[in-house]
Amino acid sequence: MKGTAWKFGNDIDTDIIVPGRYLIYTDEERLSKHCMEGLDADFHKKCKKGDFIVAGKNFGCGSSREHAPIALKGVGVAAVIAESFARIFYRNATNVGVPLLEAPGITGLVEDGEEIEVDMEKGIITNNNGDSIEFKKLPPFMLEILEQGGLIEYLKNKR
Amino acid sequence: MPTMSEKILAKASGKDEVEAGDIVIANIDVAMTHDLTGPLSVESFEKIGAEKVWDPSKIVIPFDHQVPADSIDSANNHLIMRRFVKQQGIENFYDVNAGVCHQILPELGHVVPGEVIVGADSHTCTHGALGAFATGIGSTDMAMVFAEGNLWFKVPETNRFEITGKLKENVYAKDVILHIIGSIGADGSTYKACEFAGKTVSDMSVSDRMVLCNMAIEMGGKTGLVEPDRKTIEYVESRSSKPYNVYKTDLDSPSLNIIDIDVSDLEPQVACPHHVDNVKPVSEVDKQIDQVFIGSCTNGRLSDLRDAAKILKGKKIAKDTRMLVIPASKEVYSKALDEGLIRIFVDAGALVSAPCCGPCLGGHTGIIGPGEVSLSTSNRNFKGRQGSPDGEVYLSSAAVAAASAIEGRIVAPE
Repeated sequence: MKGTAWKFGNDIDTDIIVPGRYLIYTDEERLSKHCMEGLDADFHKKCKKGDFIVAGKNFGCGSSREHAPIALKGVGVAAVIAESFARIFYRNATNVGVPLLEAPGITGLVEDGEEIEVDMEKGIITNNNGDSIEFKKLPPFMLEILEQGGLIEYLKNKR
Repeated sequence: MPTMSEKILAKASGKDEVEAGDIVIANIDVAMTHDLTGPLSVESFEKIGAEKVWDPSKIVIPFDHQVPADSIDSANNHLIMRRFVKQQGIENFYDVNAGVCHQILPELGHVVPGEVIVGADSHTCTHGALGAFATGIGSTDMAMVFAEGNLWFKVPETNRFEITGKLKENVYAKDVILHIIGSIGADGSTYKACEFAGKTVSDMSVSDRMVLCNMAIEMGGKTGLVEPDRKTIEYVESRSSKPYNVYKTDLDSPSLNIIDIDVSDLEPQVACPHHVDNVKPVSEVDKQIDQVFIGSCTNGRLSDLRDAAKILKGKKIAKDTRMLVIPASKEVYSKALDEGLIRIFVDAGALVSAPCCGPCLGGHTGIIGPGEVSLSTSNRNFKGRQGSPDGEVYLSSAAVAAASAIEGRIVAPE
């Protein structure tokens, strides 16, 4: 996978990913228009399908709102790559089909707006200069859930 | 040698014992979703193709985030949930007049020690104050629980905060938990159960213990827990007829990390924008405020209203400051009326609203505008949490909030 990396800081909370006042919506399209709004109101315009979010520690802390990973899916984020993730968000993102890659050191490797390449099978992220870093590869069952677009699709296809 | 989390999860998954790191499938005793996360849970439930919930007596659905409905969209969400409640025969449904989910669940007897409780709300960890294993989950996970009655968990390690020292006057459970989060950081307990123990905690009321557990998630905790004691059992037996199991932590558990905290010199604390771990003593914070909010699942209980009323009695709030007081439940509201607390708030110039989440998450009432500063007794001060991303939210105890409303700036109560 190749795409542009959009870089954010530490402790990006779910109120940043999608503010509380939009939780009345449940659909990808409307939620995605407000994705990361508090830090960058134009994020939904500049993020293209297949791009990445790169962030520091504790990405997704805060509320259990599944609206947050749905919004990220809606703007087309192919994966979030962070130093670490918060617990409930990790589960929710996997359930809705947004891959989360834990890659200690990623914030030192990637600049905002840089083209990066992610090899899911090998567990390697490479930046524009050819420097690379390893991430914790996802187990096969999780990859299967993500490939099918989330837990619900995965269960439906299994039935 | 197990911790109380390990004991509860072992029983719920039908095993003799489990240890931290194990993946278990645990039976769920209580599943809660509300008006804001509920519609997504129902949508997922229907997408799975499930028809009936596993047990309509174990599901609790309160409306609290956007009550009464403030837009056609939220009215529609309420309709989706009311329809689901009827279709599924859900026995524990609380419409717009009941209060905040994390207050009414224990208050109305839905929480007892030893249970596994899941809620589609991150502050579900509050219920561990009664010795249950309670944790927040997303809507898809909730749909799975509705369908199957169980869910997979990774058994967590435990951070046990041994808290000692007598709290000074005007220092409360909220100051203790803000101090802990400030010391350990917003990810200091990620994936871990957070137990609160020690003399200071055993001296606390059940309400105060709920304040500690409520904010376990703000340091990444999977749940907050307090070992049940006489106070817990009195509270539970007066409110619930459900059977319960008391579990305590074996202190020789290998998955236990003990953190000692002495609070005898602790001053009132404030969490400053825009992260809950950005904590300072009130004396180091000099800030004018536009709005004060007393309420929420953290500090909207009767004891909080009493603490605030004691300070506000016979006083007026500052001219350029507005104040919202929102009791956390119908019971809290009703008792506050009987005790004359509501009169004190109204006379002081505050707005008193019906029980709901209020401005806490910036979706309903009391939203702040660009450049405005809110002092709030709730649990999160993230950028944009209470409205404009250009506003600022500070967090404190109800006493600090009341004293600050009078001065129009953040001050410690005298």
